Amino acid sequence: MKEGKTVNACLLERKHFDTLLDALKVRGYKIIGPIVKDNAIVLEPVESVTQLPIGWVDEQSNGVYRLRKTDTPTLFNFTVGPHSLKQYLFPSVQKIFMTQRQGKSTESTVDEKVERKKKYAFIGLRPCELAALHIHDMVFIGGMYSDPVYQVRRKDLFLIVVNCTRAGGTCFCASMKTGPRAERGYDIAITEVYEKNQHYFILEGGSDRGMSLLKELKQGKEIDGRVQKVQELYTKAVQEMGKAVETSKLKDILAQQLEHPEYDNVGNRCLSCANCTLVCPTCFCSTVEDVTELSGASADRIRKWDSCFTLDFSYIHGGPVRLSVKSRYRQWLVHKFSTWIDQFGTFGCVGCGRCITWCPVGIDITEEIVKIRG
Amino acid sequence: MATDPKLQTIKGEYKQNPMIPWPFQILRVKRETEDTFTLELQPTGDLQEFQFQPGQFNMLYVYGVGEIPISISGDPLNPRILVHTTRAVGIVTKAMDKLPRGEIIGVRGPFGKPWPIEKAIGQDVVFVAGGIGLAPLRPALYDVLAQREKFGKVVLLYGTRTPADVLFRQDLEHWRSRFDLEVYITVDRAMSGWKGNVGVVTTLIPRAPFDPRHTVAYVCGPEVMMRFTATELIKRGVEAHNIYVSLERNMKCAIGLCGHCQFGPFFVCKDGPVFSYSTVKDLLVKWEL
Ligand SMILES: Cc1cc2nc3c(=O)[nH]c(=O)nc-3n(C[C@H](O)[C@H](O)[C@H](O)COP(=O)(O)OP(=O)(O)OC[C@H]3O[C@@H](n4cnc5c(N)ncnc54)[C@H](O)[C@@H]3O)c2cc1C
Ligand code: SF4
Ligand code: SF4
Ligand code: FES
Repeated sequence: MKEGKTVNACLLERKHFDTLLDALKVRGYKIIGPIVKDNAIVLEPVESVTQLPIGWVDEQSNGVYRLRKTDTPTLFNFTVGPHSLKQYLFPSVQKIFMTQRQGKSTESTVDEKVERKKKYAFIGLRPCELAALHIHDMVFIGGMYSDPVYQVRRKDLFLIVVNCTRAGGTCFCASMKTGPRAERGYDIAITEVYEKNQHYFILEGGSDRGMSLLKELKQGKEIDGRVQKVQELYTKAVQEMGKAVETSKLKDILAQQLEHPEYDNVGNRCLSCANCTLVCPTCFCSTVEDVTELSGASADRIRKWDSCFTLDFSYIHGGPVRLSVKSRYRQWLVHKFSTWIDQFGTFGCVGCGRCITWCPVGIDITEEIVKIRG
Repeated sequence: MATDPKLQTIKGEYKQNPMIPWPFQILRVKRETEDTFTLELQPTGDLQEFQFQPGQFNMLYVYGVGEIPISISGDPLNPRILVHTTRAVGIVTKAMDKLPRGEIIGVRGPFGKPWPIEKAIGQDVVFVAGGIGLAPLRPALYDVLAQREKFGKVVLLYGTRTPADVLFRQDLEHWRSRFDLEVYITVDRAMSGWKGNVGVVTTLIPRAPFDPRHTVAYVCGPEVMMRFTATELIKRGVEAHNIYVSLERNMKCAIGLCGHCQFGPFFVCKDGPVFSYSTVKDLLVKWEL
């Protein structure tokens, strides 16, 4: 499997998994990965393999997220938690600038944090999250104007994706064509295999730097054939995926059905709590706040995540444009599956299921689409 | 703080960071009506002039209070002075109303699609303004009048609440005295001494002198007013794609990133605010879109 200076796939034994983290550290990366915190798997700094959620499995269904510890010492036998890359590339609170004033003179300055350039390596992202990253690239740096914060943070990310061999209870990535196996956009893709007292990982390089890193790892034997064999594990994940969205002609159907009675129905159930937009890895809306120092000598402009579910979101003098909850739910659903395509050329949903899991009343976007499609 | 090397001043940053306002100084404050005022602004620092196209808007930042979208109401041929006309209705606009001459205001822009004046070359031009909607149209009027010979008839229909709410009196006086521009003003409620029209602006459309088959119309005002105006223009024979309207939505960034201004598939800040009526007419009638 060795070709010149790089390796495009290798087998890494569980006992050598630390060498992967070490190789990243040597390269100067700060590693962010999954850890268990407050009864959920979240993305936080990781120093060693022992911090990973060893043996933890998540159970997800409409409105339900639960963690369970098992005796099987797998590292990645869970799916997506409430966090995604969004927390890092599009921080929930971000100072845009600070204005100082002395007498009549006013000067605005960019906070140094905007300029911060830390090298991040993410480990344990899921294929759907890479798809969401690709969508955010189009939103934040793909148009006429780029978001300077995102632009700085996006550069030099080292992305290690973990392919899914088990579907989460609310996942529907297969129908959105974003998983369970990552096709592109990663530096290294991992597939974890745990069977008959064997515990190893198939690592595939997706970029030059990914492949050159693989070369430094302690290579396990018998890689040949295994890459093909793990294909069966993805097939199993697809088969056990309980949810799906029928995407054919969906964009047009939703655009034509803006006054479908189902919006009244879902509008009555939705609490407009905005949980769905906060956990969604593709939601990108933000607002700004102005904070003045007590003396009045300086004022900060701060960007914060916002949600189309709030009343203020569409406020113009005279009142909000989207007054009813049903109109706000419609904005969210139609944006994800229809107008996003007009705006950015792709769906705004990657089928991660987070909005279904974290909705306190268990509203299921896949079921809503079934009803609206009729 | 400016001496801290980690902090870059706005000057170096402006080009790369579209979220940072540029400081402009207020040269003159002109009171138009009881609640509406015009600011004449001059760029500070090494920015000499501010080029824009009629119909574009800026984000105006009042120090420590907030930032709002306001259309440019000045003359595009005089880019050394930036002019904005604002109605004081809420938190930011009222704070702006209190700013004295000499004060600094932050400006980001210009943003958005302009009124497509070139579409009207060789045609009759009809401007229909409702209330503060005259402000975003004024640069287009200046532009058309500066190259008057390229157009057929030019008509301005302007409706406002009461005679006391009439904006830009000097300009209107001047325009009325021109023989190559027809100006019709109407008020919702007249007061004693008003000799002009009374009624909504749409009532002026059937009588206005233009050839509907060869007319381009630029319409700006409250959304319902624009809808009724477009309907009336179409009734007279103007084609929907020759009618342009300027939409208003909540805006926080003006550069297509914050999501606030979405209107169906459009971002009003970058796909608009000026749209051809044929593009948006079906969306305008959907509830709470
Ligand atoms: C493209 C565009 C051009 C405009 N041009 C002009 C103009 O030339 N002159 C003028 O007087 N007004 C104009 N407006 C309307 C102006 O932006 C609002 O009147 C202003 O935002 C009200 O802010 P406020 O804080 O005083 O009001 P508040 O009622 O206190 O509003 C609070 C916040 O809601 C948002 N908001 C409220 N009303 C509007 C609105 N109508 N449009 C967008 N956001 C709003 C703002 O973020 C505002 O800070 C324009 C709006 C848009 C979108
Ligand atoms: S809409 Fe729901 S399922 Fe789709 S990407 Fe967002 S959170 Fe995931
Ligand atoms: S759909 Fe569910 S999660 Fe989203 S706003 Fe409504 S109640 Fe909250
Ligand atoms: S104003 Fe932010 S996207 Fe248009």
